[in-house]
Amino acid sequence: MKRLTISVSPHIVAPIDTRYMMKGVVIALVPALVASIWFFRGRAVAVILASLAGCLVTEYLLQRTRKRKIRLDDFSGIVTGLLLAMVLPPAIPLWMAFLGGVFAIALGKEIFGGIGHNIFNPALLSRAFLMAAFPVALTTWSNPITLDAVTTATPLGLAKFDKVMTAYGPLFFGNVGGCIGETSALALLAGMVYLFHKKIIDYRIPLAYAVTVFVFAGILHLIAPAKFMPPLFHVLAGGLLIGAIFMATDPVTSPVTSRGRLIFGIGCGIITMIIRVWGGLPEGVMYSILLMNACTPILNKMTRPKRYGYVKDKVKK
Amino acid sequence: MRELTFPGGVHPPYSKGISIREPLREAPLPTTAIVPLSQHIGRPNEPVVKKGDYVEEGQLLGSTSAFISAPVHSPIFGTVKEIRKAFHPGLGPVMSVVIERDKEKHPKQYTGKDVDIDSASAEELVQKVKDAGIVGMGGAAFPTHVKLSVPEGKKIENLIINGAECEPFLTCDHVVMTRKTQEILKGIEVLIKILNPERTYIGIEDNKKAAFFAFQKAIKKATRKAVSQIQLVSLHTKYPQGGEKQLIKAISKREVPPGKLPLDIGFLVQNVGTVNAIYEAVYMDKPLIERVVTISGDCINRPGNYLIRVGATIKDIVEQYGIELYRDPKKIIVGGPMMGFAQPIMEVSVLKSTSGILFLSDNYVKDYPEEQCIKCAKCVDVCPVRLLPTEIMKNVKNGNWDEVEELCAPDCMECGACAYSCPARIPLVQYIKEGKAVLLRKNLK
Repeated sequence: MKRLTISVSPHIVAPIDTRYMMKGVVIALVPALVASIWFFRGRAVAVILASLAGCLVTEYLLQRTRKRKIRLDDFSGIVTGLLLAMVLPPAIPLWMAFLGGVFAIALGKEIFGGIGHNIFNPALLSRAFLMAAFPVALTTWSNPITLDAVTTATPLGLAKFDKVMTAYGPLFFGNVGGCIGETSALALLAGMVYLFHKKIIDYRIPLAYAVTVFVFAGILHLIAPAKFMPPLFHVLAGGLLIGAIFMATDPVTSPVTSRGRLIFGIGCGIITMIIRVWGGLPEGVMYSILLMNACTPILNKMTRPKRYGYVKDKVKK
Repeated sequence: MRELTFPGGVHPPYSKGISIREPLREAPLPTTAIVPLSQHIGRPNEPVVKKGDYVEEGQLLGSTSAFISAPVHSPIFGTVKEIRKAFHPGLGPVMSVVIERDKEKHPKQYTGKDVDIDSASAEELVQKVKDAGIVGMGGAAFPTHVKLSVPEGKKIENLIINGAECEPFLTCDHVVMTRKTQEILKGIEVLIKILNPERTYIGIEDNKKAAFFAFQKAIKKATRKAVSQIQLVSLHTKYPQGGEKQLIKAISKREVPPGKLPLDIGFLVQNVGTVNAIYEAVYMDKPLIERVVTISGDCINRPGNYLIRVGATIKDIVEQYGIELYRDPKKIIVGGPMMGFAQPIMEVSVLKSTSGILFLSDNYVKDYPEEQCIKCAKCVDVCPVRLLPTEIMKNVKNGNWDEVEELCAPDCMECGACAYSCPARIPLVQYIKEGKAVLLRKNLK
């Protein structure tokens, strides 16, 4: 008989590993990818490929130079590359998308020590960098399908600067201006159903995020309907759904406790709405998630679950 | 039917089909029995026999005066060949009595006598349990008479009979429940007589319907009041449903406080196998010298549930029972795959608390390298005692022992649900155990 293996219990493990989870995110992104290619045609394909290339090349080179195991097959670099592309405008110069990918992996992930160590969501950190470095390119929008290179505003931009409300139909299906992957609520929600079904993400962050935005916007809309857009508009418009479903739920940068996740989602919702309503920018999803990423360690510490069976000492009578 | 459960937990593949329909087989007697003197939690026994002695089946082999201990008896007629250290599946080498069977002698026959439980005193019954050397047969091996000696001022209000059997592969409790239904009910009566609880429950997971229906029928037909008032509870199939604290939580929604015992909140949990042993001790004067063991896995041709004498070694069992290992096992596990012990050798004895022997190939037990934690919090979601295993692991790695204590690492019951569910294949329980051990050492100083 061969030698017997001895190891500590448990001796069996669940079939879900890190690779499976990351692959699940990629599968969940497929509807949004298809929608982005449908609406933004070749531009979407080019941006996605440029961003992916930036991420994967950087990951490979950094892991090689640091003599670490090459982990391209864990799908996490692919997830970052896809997510970054999803939140870039279709008309962005391709070298910027590539640079974004390089930045996301180098300064968003590997500099902290690789997968699991980063504080901020790499795709969003990189987008914040691109936004600061190339503000014009990052706010130049194209019409879907026709790809007119005019400065078509996004639904949020139209709402903020022109007080024009976009119809719910296009908002839901995605036939509006915006970043390539954020426009179709339908495609993003389909991805969410898949992620829930495969138990890859927890419902708390997306739910708390969307409900907070809905309630916040609802209150404002009730106070001054002419001035503020209706709540459903705020949920469907801009990057809220892609942010709530795919970015805020990034396991590495969000809290591990249930209560922490709820507070995280609520915090994202409040910051998003403050920026959208009173800020200089029409959209606040990116900054809200990055700011809440910074709060994750303290949220983990503050929201530890109640000790099992713990009862407070009764006050002496 | 409403199925009760606790929050958290995991659903490993149960793999019980391999052995659940197999009958209860009487196994051949071991030619040599190696009986460890310590098969319980507590003080090890001193041998009361010496080399060359002839011992009878059921004769005392070892005992100690310490309260928290359980005596050990000879499983067979035979001669004491030697007293030496032998491999214990959980503790490593411990002092053991090696007995060579007297092949001329037939094993003793035990028959159930009529015992008038009503007129027996609680002390008498507890003494019988103690003399029979009964320990918790669900795996913990805590001396049963200690559990039954409820301290002054404490009262057991709820007695729970644990038929959850949540470990994958194991079907020994299921077989005991279906074959020994009446015996278990009589054993429960003994417990009711000793403890006088207000309520008695039998909890069975809903993947063991046959056992559930057997009890349902028996309780319905019961003529004795104590038995007819037993509440049968169907539990949701989930690991670790059979953990004491989880069972109490599922049935009563109450939580056992940290560092406390179930009896502190008026509960007592007994495994069905233990209850059967109590029946045998009281009604048959039979010490705990044999038990039902599930032999299963994907490397053997005759999986099943065997009535095996304590002290029989795995090696003997395989040879004597004609079990063929048609594939090299990667691991031989004593107990279940979630909390059992992987054995380095086959010369390991069956103990009073051995519920299963599993021969698993790498279809079931693969080696995974430990990867980086991605803080997915699956371990947090499944922890039945609401710990943050990922945070404990991180702090153990960094040696932040104060933080490990802050995170209540000592509350861990080591069920392994966290490590089972970890996508990065981090042996989380191992880190938590390490943290617990370091804290224990620090606090002793």
